[in-house]
Amino acid sequence: VVEGLALLDLGVSPYSGAIFHETPLIIYLFHFLIEYAELVFMITDVLTAVALYLAIQDFNKVVFKKQKLLIELDKYAPDVAELIQTPMEMHYIPLKVALFYLLNPYSVMSCVAKSTCAINNTIIAFFILATIKGSAFLSAVFLALATYQSLYPLTLFAPALLYLLQRQFIPIKLKSKSFWLYTTQYAALYLCSLVVIICLSFFLLNSWDFIPSVYGFILSVPDLTPNIGLFWYFFAEMFEHFSLFFVCVFQINVFFYTIPLAIKLKEHPVFFMFVQLAIISIFKSYPTVGDIALYMAFLPVWSHLYRFLRNIFILSCVLIVCSVLFPVLWHLWIYAGSANSNFYYAITLTFNIGQILLVSDYFYAFLRREYYLTHGLHLTRQDGTEAMLVLK
Amino acid sequence: PGSILSYVLGLGWFLALAFPPLAPRTYMSENAMGSTMVEERFPLGQRALAFARQFAAHKKKAGAMPVAWLEQTLWSLGLEVHRQPFTRTLPFPDESRERYMVKGTNVYGILRAPRAASTEALVLSTPCSEGPHNDQAVGLALALASYFRGQIYWAKDIIFLVNEHDLLGMEAWLEAYHDVNLTGEPGGGTAGSWPVLAGLTRALPAEVSSSGTLGRAGAIQAAISLELSSDVVTSMDVAVEGLNGQLPNLDLLNLFHAFCQKNGLLCTIQGKLQRSDLDSLPAYAHSLQTLLLMVLAQASGRPRGDHGLFLRYRIEAITLRGINSFRQYKYDMTTVGRTLEGMFRKLNNLLERLHQSYFFYLLPSLSRFVSIGLYMPAFGFLLLVLILRISFLTLLHLHPLVPTTLWDPCDPPWYLQEPRPGLLVLVPPVLVCHGAGLALYLLPVRGQHMATQHFPVAEAEAVVLTLIAIYVAGMALPHSTHRVLGAAGSARGWMVLKLLALLELALLLSALALLNFSLGFVLALTMVPAAAAVQPHGPRVLLAVVLVLATPAVTLLLGIFLERELLETPAGPAEGWQLFLGALGQGLLQHHLYGAFLCPALALGAYPAWLLLWNVLFWQ
Repeated sequence: VVEGLALLDLGVSPYSGAIFHETPLIIYLFHFLIEYAELVFMITDVLTAVALYLAIQDFNKVVFKKQKLLIELDKYAPDVAELIQTPMEMHYIPLKVALFYLLNPYSVMSCVAKSTCAINNTIIAFFILATIKGSAFLSAVFLALATYQSLYPLTLFAPALLYLLQRQFIPIKLKSKSFWLYTTQYAALYLCSLVVIICLSFFLLNSWDFIPSVYGFILSVPDLTPNIGLFWYFFAEMFEHFSLFFVCVFQINVFFYTIPLAIKLKEHPVFFMFVQLAIISIFKSYPTVGDIALYMAFLPVWSHLYRFLRNIFILSCVLIVCSVLFPVLWHLWIYAGSANSNFYYAITLTFNIGQILLVSDYFYAFLRREYYLTHGLHLTRQDGTEAMLVLK
Repeated sequence: PGSILSYVLGLGWFLALAFPPLAPRTYMSENAMGSTMVEERFPLGQRALAFARQFAAHKKKAGAMPVAWLEQTLWSLGLEVHRQPFTRTLPFPDESRERYMVKGTNVYGILRAPRAASTEALVLSTPCSEGPHNDQAVGLALALASYFRGQIYWAKDIIFLVNEHDLLGMEAWLEAYHDVNLTGEPGGGTAGSWPVLAGLTRALPAEVSSSGTLGRAGAIQAAISLELSSDVVTSMDVAVEGLNGQLPNLDLLNLFHAFCQKNGLLCTIQGKLQRSDLDSLPAYAHSLQTLLLMVLAQASGRPRGDHGLFLRYRIEAITLRGINSFRQYKYDMTTVGRTLEGMFRKLNNLLERLHQSYFFYLLPSLSRFVSIGLYMPAFGFLLLVLILRISFLTLLHLHPLVPTTLWDPCDPPWYLQEPRPGLLVLVPPVLVCHGAGLALYLLPVRGQHMATQHFPVAEAEAVVLTLIAIYVAGMALPHSTHRVLGAAGSARGWMVLKLLALLELALLLSALALLNFSLGFVLALTMVPAAAAVQPHGPRVLLAVVLVLATPAVTLLLGIFLERELLETPAGPAEGWQLFLGALGQGLLQHHLYGAFLCPALALGAYPAWLLLWNVLFWQ
């Protein structure tokens, strides 16, 4: 960012150097704020925490209302009293969410490192707040901003749409006219704001070269500095003529999970949003620990799933051990010269596997709870013996 | 039972490593250094001794390093001479230096390779010590310089460095040469490999400053540090351990061994000669002794010679010492010079940095080595003990808290069972223990002025005594934390605390083992059995004694005694205690001066983990 600013001051396009890959709006933002950089990042973190707090507060109210409605409609099986969430448990969840985000060592690290990921997190947090409050316009604007920053929040379009549809009580049937009407409304809002922002950037810098520099960079992964993601090692080892194919495969991997998850989780769009955020931060081309901090902040919201999580202890140990070994092996590789990139990538792989298992564990627990809610806690087969729930 | 077996297996594996037939012989991996087919013709042994006598005379006259004479001599030999004055502020004056600020000068001459671009360099460094030490080393270096000057086959520049104040001067030279500021100067500069620690030490005024632009000779490929204190030697001793237990590439050692054998020079490691009879018990004991000495030296993280600081910059370096003992056959300077000439000629042949051979190894003797693949399982078994304990605790004792996949209708509903000893109960002990570790790390050096005002002791003693005082005070903590906790500590809370302590210990030990295997292994050896066995019930006094024996400070004390035993100069209790205090002071000093991480690792890592276990022991 500093280099971009320097080039801008000189009158040259900031994208002519190969280092700067942020969007023009960010340059202009920092043009004014560069002296107070630390303060800016602290404020963005606080803003994110506040936005998450308000969002989860609202969400809890919605969940409780929905639960009450379903109980009255007798949709739940009779013996699931333990699984129902009570307001007393849910009272402290927003505070826990905000604290989880602020005190997470990952967010502290990314604040100290002054990574622009913090700004991404703020925009996504505001987007979630706007969606949960139900304002389609604001949510579309924030989503457009988030997509403009890094391409991947595009996948958050689906859960936001599902949530807003649910809020308007529009059933999701492919034949229903109101469904298509609302969808096109929301999509139009989103696309228009995106176009406005892109044109604004064009007018700020009078050139279109921010598009290949920002989006082309994210999509084609030319820079292979090691990070905690999965891309760099593959592409470092690969032959030239295969790299296009593998880039496509890796990028599709990120976007691909939206559709099956949308079909499965259409009743629970906020959980869908959480899983989608996690998938983005694991599979994106240049992940940072700030992204991880954002989706981990959501974990207290589903703390009632604790009893169904199967591997949570081992997974948390794996994540902590990997986080500690990251700097050790980095030091051994770069400074001591005695290890090599394989060690570092091994830890990266383990860390990402841990994250994936965490997300899938939560997914499984969530589905299991839903199943128990509708079918009762004691499952019996046809002949009356005890049955066990298995995820196929 | 499984844990005991695993521990015994780990210990046995380690002891078996010393068995000579099991360890593979060393071999030269780097192709460019393959054969020793050079013909050394160094004739200037007598000239070396003459130089040495002149140097000694001038040193005595000047009282410190005779800078002007050295510069003039190097100039007359035809080298490019530079001098580097440096000053260093110590965090506290230790016994040998007795003052806060140390001033010195490094003098070095560069022999430019006649027909090559100056892109790479080799270094021959000789420390200038006070008194009649190391004079012959400087003399030999000067003689070698004059001989090398006449040869045409040099492809790399050679730097002949004479550094003052041993490691301080070396650190100043290396930092100025590489233009970095690794040891915490407040104004800018890169933070090097330990930015967190550099940030912490930045608060203390430990500045090194040197002046002027340095004459440089390109990237340094290898360095040899020479220490000779007598006109004739009976053997050459090699020291490999560097700062933080980093080791040079094994090829450099192989090079030294090959050339010693070629010239018929007797070479030793850890001061011990090799035995030719293998497969016998005395031979096994001998190689075990050598191995243990190396492990202890590496664990202390102290550089064994001036070469230790080169390793941080990825420059392979070893220290050669000439030993004059009571043997019959003595070698003169010419032989030593020939060996060095051969080594330098081989290093001259290198095309790339040494990377072929091992970086992590242990040496039971000079011709045998144990690589990391062989010695890691020993540590793995010790870690297995901890992991077995952790899983044991998780599965059996915390069973009602682990969610069951099968909903058992006989269990009472989960909200009626004893509430999860909320993690909130554990926060005070954990915070207090880590706070004590932080105090142990920060207070002794910062509080030394206050201590010297109130007590009639010197600063160095004040620092060391504060260290011991905080350490022992930490042991009284369980009583105060329990008063804070009140009745909130449930009967099963100790299990979760023990789980946390074991996890932290396992994490710390594995991170340490990757960076400095000996340190990780030694700490694991002592702390793991105590950690696994500790619990509030059972024979409390016995467990308390075991835990006190396992504490890092006692490990250090026992290590010192063991080292003296192995060096065949056993130390009595009083002397041992003095050495122990000295070691504590040195450890702190080295951390602040060179960025050694033994001190923070023990203070911020091992000590809080041990305190947590101590808390578990005294859980009411």
